[in-house]
Amino acid sequence: MTTISTSAGMTIDDDGRALKAKFARAERARQIKAAGLVAPLLAFVLITFVVPIGLMMYRSVDDPVAVRAIPRTLELLNHWSPDSAPPEAVFKVLGEELLSARESGDLGKLATRLNYDVPGTRSTLMRTARAMRRGPAEGRSHRDLFETIDPKWRGGEILAGLKSLNSPYTRSYYLAAADLTTNLYGDIVAKPPHQRIYVSLFVKTLWVSLLVTALCILLAYPVAYQMATLPAATANLLMILVLLPFWTSLLVRTTAWIVLLQSNGVLNDLLVATGILGDEGRIQMIYNMFGTVVAMTHILLPFMVLPLYSVMKTIPPNYLRAAESMGAPPARAWLDIYLPLTLPGAGAGSILVFILCIGYYITPELVGGRTGQLISSAIAYHMQSSLNWGLAAALGTLLLVGVLALYWLYNRIAGVDSLRMGG
Amino acid sequence: MTGPAVRFERVQKSYDGETLVVKDLNLSIPHGEFLTLLGPSGSGKSTCLMMLAGFESATGGKIYLNEESINRVPPHKRNIGMVFQNYALFPHKTVAENLAYPLKVRKLGKTDIEAKVARALDRVQLKRFGNRRPAMLSGGQQQRVAVARALIFDPEIVLMDEPLGALDKQLREQMQYEIKDIHENLGVTVVYVTHDQTEALTMSNRIAVFNDGVIQQLAPPLDLYEKPENAFVAGFIGENNQLRGLVKSARGGECVVQLHDGSLVTARCVNVAGAGSATTLSLRPERVEINPPDGKHPNRFEGRVEQLLYLGDHMRIRVSLCGHDDFIVKVPNASMHPGLNAGNSMTFGWAPENCRALEG
Repeated sequence: MTTISTSAGMTIDDDGRALKAKFARAERARQIKAAGLVAPLLAFVLITFVVPIGLMMYRSVDDPVAVRAIPRTLELLNHWSPDSAPPEAVFKVLGEELLSARESGDLGKLATRLNYDVPGTRSTLMRTARAMRRGPAEGRSHRDLFETIDPKWRGGEILAGLKSLNSPYTRSYYLAAADLTTNLYGDIVAKPPHQRIYVSLFVKTLWVSLLVTALCILLAYPVAYQMATLPAATANLLMILVLLPFWTSLLVRTTAWIVLLQSNGVLNDLLVATGILGDEGRIQMIYNMFGTVVAMTHILLPFMVLPLYSVMKTIPPNYLRAAESMGAPPARAWLDIYLPLTLPGAGAGSILVFILCIGYYITPELVGGRTGQLISSAIAYHMQSSLNWGLAAALGTLLLVGVLALYWLYNRIAGVDSLRMGG
Repeated sequence: MTGPAVRFERVQKSYDGETLVVKDLNLSIPHGEFLTLLGPSGSGKSTCLMMLAGFESATGGKIYLNEESINRVPPHKRNIGMVFQNYALFPHKTVAENLAYPLKVRKLGKTDIEAKVARALDRVQLKRFGNRRPAMLSGGQQQRVAVARALIFDPEIVLMDEPLGALDKQLREQMQYEIKDIHENLGVTVVYVTHDQTEALTMSNRIAVFNDGVIQQLAPPLDLYEKPENAFVAGFIGENNQLRGLVKSARGGECVVQLHDGSLVTARCVNVAGAGSATTLSLRPERVEINPPDGKHPNRFEGRVEQLLYLGDHMRIRVSLCGHDDFIVKVPNASMHPGLNAGNSMTFGWAPENCRALEG
């Protein structure tokens, strides 16, 4: 029997098992190496991307404050129907709990939270809690006291609002993001028309993204085609022109559009100077939807040109010649043969542009004015100004789900394997 | 039909307006012929094919198809089938769709198309592959589809641009026979471009050897090999010993040539100006005899065997002879000579009719 000695000095049989072990050891080394190469990026993505997004998505349903601050009130409200008068005990317990919440610091959070669902009630809760310090007056019911402090306690809205906070998880952020709310009985109903914002904003974002994607295809296709058919030197020059925007700061480019398009900007001045427009007839081309579409199309154009170009580059001219030799007129040959072969590139470019577009923030914010704002601006507003992070998270999650759904749809129709960025 | 299928008349082509890639081409191709355009790359043979297909326009002269000028006819109206280098099968269509394309463009009925496609698939033995994409076929199968596609709309003329270049040697030989078969069975006119002389010799009725934008010789394979008319053709087709010298005397189709080392060779005059002019003698390696009997050949020389190369079916021998140290002799495996070893001196001889005196 042959024996071999390992580097560790052991001597093992040179049979199948030893081979298997050696193979496993060799494989393990390879796997460790592979894992080691991927680990830094994986950790980076986990820490900076997956975890924050997960936490953000959790915030869109997380609603712990009422359960923590007024548990006994919620218990009592559970048996209460908004049709009947609330029992005296509810006001009594609520008064006590508001008082203790004020001391523990939960009151502000609770008031803010209630205010999201029942607008204008934040001050009611704060005032009531402040009044509770003095304690109830002799011979008066708690309910009387509450209604004296703030007449808003008279209707059932506030109590119904509190009742709906009886779970540590809530759907109300998602309802709000879809312009929905709940009525006194907890049924889902549409918000009053003047409060409906987000659905139309989502639809607008979708349309603008589609429009920008379509414009990008229209503008990029001829350029990419030209680049793919020109000799290398000329094509490289064109490529530099296409990539030039990539090397310039996004803010500089956006600001350049402001300079060009504003009322006293280059374009308007030119039109007035040539007499096409009167001085008072200057066109508003920026701080509206037009400005948003123009600037975003310009910024996202390279993302369409590059995949199209690299796909077109791989289509040999012989295909078109073959089609023509078989009797197809040039236009027909182009439609039958060339166009279908470029669709994977157009698909890749469209997905890229569309997804970038749907979440674009800085450009619409800078050049969009009032009418050119997209859903990203609403998310930013709730993150930074109103501090309603739950709603911001719900809007963001809906956006993410929407993008994933579109990606899934694309995969079903065209197959992601067909996506080609090049080669 | 009378008259040639294709006629080139004083055709010129220039890509840059300065140099001519094709110079004054005159060529007639009769119906049903298999004509090969053979030449090194850059010799103008592919350009001629592209002009015939309509993808390049002739700078000067006229091209006739059935005696009608087609200079202004676009490619899709010429009704010429074409097989491309690397096949140019449409990757997004199945094999059957590829075959159906020329018929669909011609607006044939659906049942007609299906019948023709089925027949075409049958002819190239790819019945079961109709629903596959070209990428799922082997090189030889793709080649067959390309040929079938070029023939399916019954063109009178089929052009083939180095169609076998991407195949390995064995498959190439098999496809040569298949294409030859198809040509014989269908009687179409084939214009075939290649730089592979074996391919040209095997398949063609006639071969046009191109060099430098000019047809050097247009002849059937046998004549081209046995009777090359100039030094380029002699050197390009097959292996060839080229011996340079001056014509001493020429009489009755034979001439005596003095080589640079002084030895005198009797050769057949093909195109030499006469006594005193420079000439290149062309001699096939397999026409050289080792140790010929005395008096059999007027050309008998002593040579030193420098190198032996065993090539299976024959032996290649490099010999120093008449002042050339790269004189090649080919000996069939079956007729080996004893004493044929490197370093030995031996006698070599050849007949005057096998040694052609060419211009230059």
